[in-house]
Amino acid sequence: MTEALLEIRSLEVAFGGFRALDGVDLTVGRGELRFLIGPNGAGKTTLIDVITGLTRPTGGSVRFEGHDLLGRREHEIVRLGVGRTFQTSVVFEELTVLENLDLAASFRRPLWSLLRRRRGVSEEVTAALETTGLASLAGSKAGVLSHGQRQWLEIGMLIVQRPRLLLLDEPVAGMSSGERERTGELLTEVARDHTVIVVEHDMDFLRRYASQVTVLHEGRVLTEGSVEQVRADPRVQEIYLGRAREGAEDAVR
Amino acid sequence: MTAPAVSVRRWQGPAAFAAVFSAVAVLALVAAPLLLEPFRLGLLAKYLCYAIVALGIGLAWGQGGMLTLGQGVFFGLGGYAMGMYLKLNDAAGDLPDFMVWSGVEKLPALWKPFGNPVFALAMVVVLPVAVALLLGTLVFRQRVRGAYFAILTQALAAALVILLVGQQGLTGGTNGLTNFFDFFGRDVAADETQRGLYLLVAIVLGALYLGARQLVRSRFGRLLLAVRDGEDRVRFLGYDPATVKTLTFAVSAGMAGIAGALFVPVVGIISPALLGVVPSLELVVAVAVGGRFALAGAVLGAVVMGYARTYFSEELPDAWLYLQGALFVLVMTLAPSGIAGLAANLVRRREART
Repeated sequence: MTEALLEIRSLEVAFGGFRALDGVDLTVGRGELRFLIGPNGAGKTTLIDVITGLTRPTGGSVRFEGHDLLGRREHEIVRLGVGRTFQTSVVFEELTVLENLDLAASFRRPLWSLLRRRRGVSEEVTAALETTGLASLAGSKAGVLSHGQRQWLEIGMLIVQRPRLLLLDEPVAGMSSGERERTGELLTEVARDHTVIVVEHDMDFLRRYASQVTVLHEGRVLTEGSVEQVRADPRVQEIYLGRAREGAEDAVR
Repeated sequence: MTAPAVSVRRWQGPAAFAAVFSAVAVLALVAAPLLLEPFRLGLLAKYLCYAIVALGIGLAWGQGGMLTLGQGVFFGLGGYAMGMYLKLNDAAGDLPDFMVWSGVEKLPALWKPFGNPVFALAMVVVLPVAVALLLGTLVFRQRVRGAYFAILTQALAAALVILLVGQQGLTGGTNGLTNFFDFFGRDVAADETQRGLYLLVAIVLGALYLGARQLVRSRFGRLLLAVRDGEDRVRFLGYDPATVKTLTFAVSAGMAGIAGALFVPVVGIISPALLGVVPSLELVVAVAVGGRFALAGAVLGAVVMGYARTYFSEELPDAWLYLQGALFVLVMTLAPSGIAGLAANLVRRREART
């Protein structure tokens, strides 16, 4: 049993009358690669938003390495070592790929030292260019990148920040199959020396790359376990395949 | 595809920049004082003061996305700090003339320290920077931005005008501070002093331009662009955008303050009409016309619009206001990067052809 890195206890979020999260408990150990799945509206992104300070919960607690994350501002949480990507990737289009990575890597420098011009490229930025396969595009503005390349650049920008916890929100949404494959490899590589939580919709991707899975449904944790265990759970089949089965019956009729 | 990119880069290289900058410097420091008669040189000095404000607007708006419609406030703070010193210096221990006319009998406490030139010159920068830091801290932390920020700065300019006009005995009211005679031991109206002042303004503008350019090209400059284009994303890189914006806003305010202080001996007056909503807006228009995304564009815009204003006010005084408005609309719709953007396109096209 690895030591817990992230501990979430009875987390509740309500938007007006709607309970987006209704008592979520989640523990993620150091070095884990955890997939977070669930149908639309299950609360996956809301959960990530709470961890990263974007959404204020109505109750519960989030502890990361002994720090209480609730009530902290977004950039403070990043400085504690929690990094995230977004469903729609946001890279800085006017900056080059290299500048995007360099900016991400410089966040722990004191502000006054940023007044100097960048000379050369740091080792970690070079390494991230290699890992993400964007080395040949280092000097291009990020605005010219394809959707897949943007996601990789975002992951690269996360890696150079050396976070202790990475949160990836639907990293393969809208990607071609080639891009998915490349993202999967990148993910495997990143997970080797980072703790990663991936929110994903794509079952195919999940089957190929996931080890530990948490299923969210209607704001609660439905079940947790290995991919096989989770897939064998009749309740998961119900929420995920229920509609498909009905569809199949319709087709038979 | 790659060839023109390389040659454009060569065009923008350090050697090309040094060549263009030196050429402009020779024009401004040697040619202009020799060729222009004192009246025209004085006008140019005034435009260059505006260009310093424009440089700050280019930094805050073009690079940082903060549309500031109230730079007149900072220009005014710098200008009044300088004006107060000059008035006290001319009065030589007595009350400044306008106070006597308004029936003030004792020098107000606010004025006393401004008799000291060192204090007054420090206030030229300290006052605008302090106000900008305070405003920025309050506003940017609350994530006020875009049009709301613009309106807020404009309201500040309007409020300052009302305050200045209302305090006749303290500020000279609508007339402002004028009738200066002595500028650090010289007759402020003499051609020789005015030529020296012109050179001072040009050198200050050049130095501030180089400083701003360095800022834009530094990592901080990259961060500023990132804040402009994706403030929320920057938060998730671990930076506080409010700090970045506040500091940049303060730098632009400091520039406006310096410009205001130089403006006073050059033009001989500082008054509410020179720092209210309209002059603040006119400078934003000038920056847009020149090209807000390039610092040189902002400077160029201020000088070009200054000349255009003088020319049209002499030839067709009624048409200028409409022309200015039309120009702004045209630039914003057809060439959002202004003259600088058009010039960059031309260079790129020519390089592509060769």
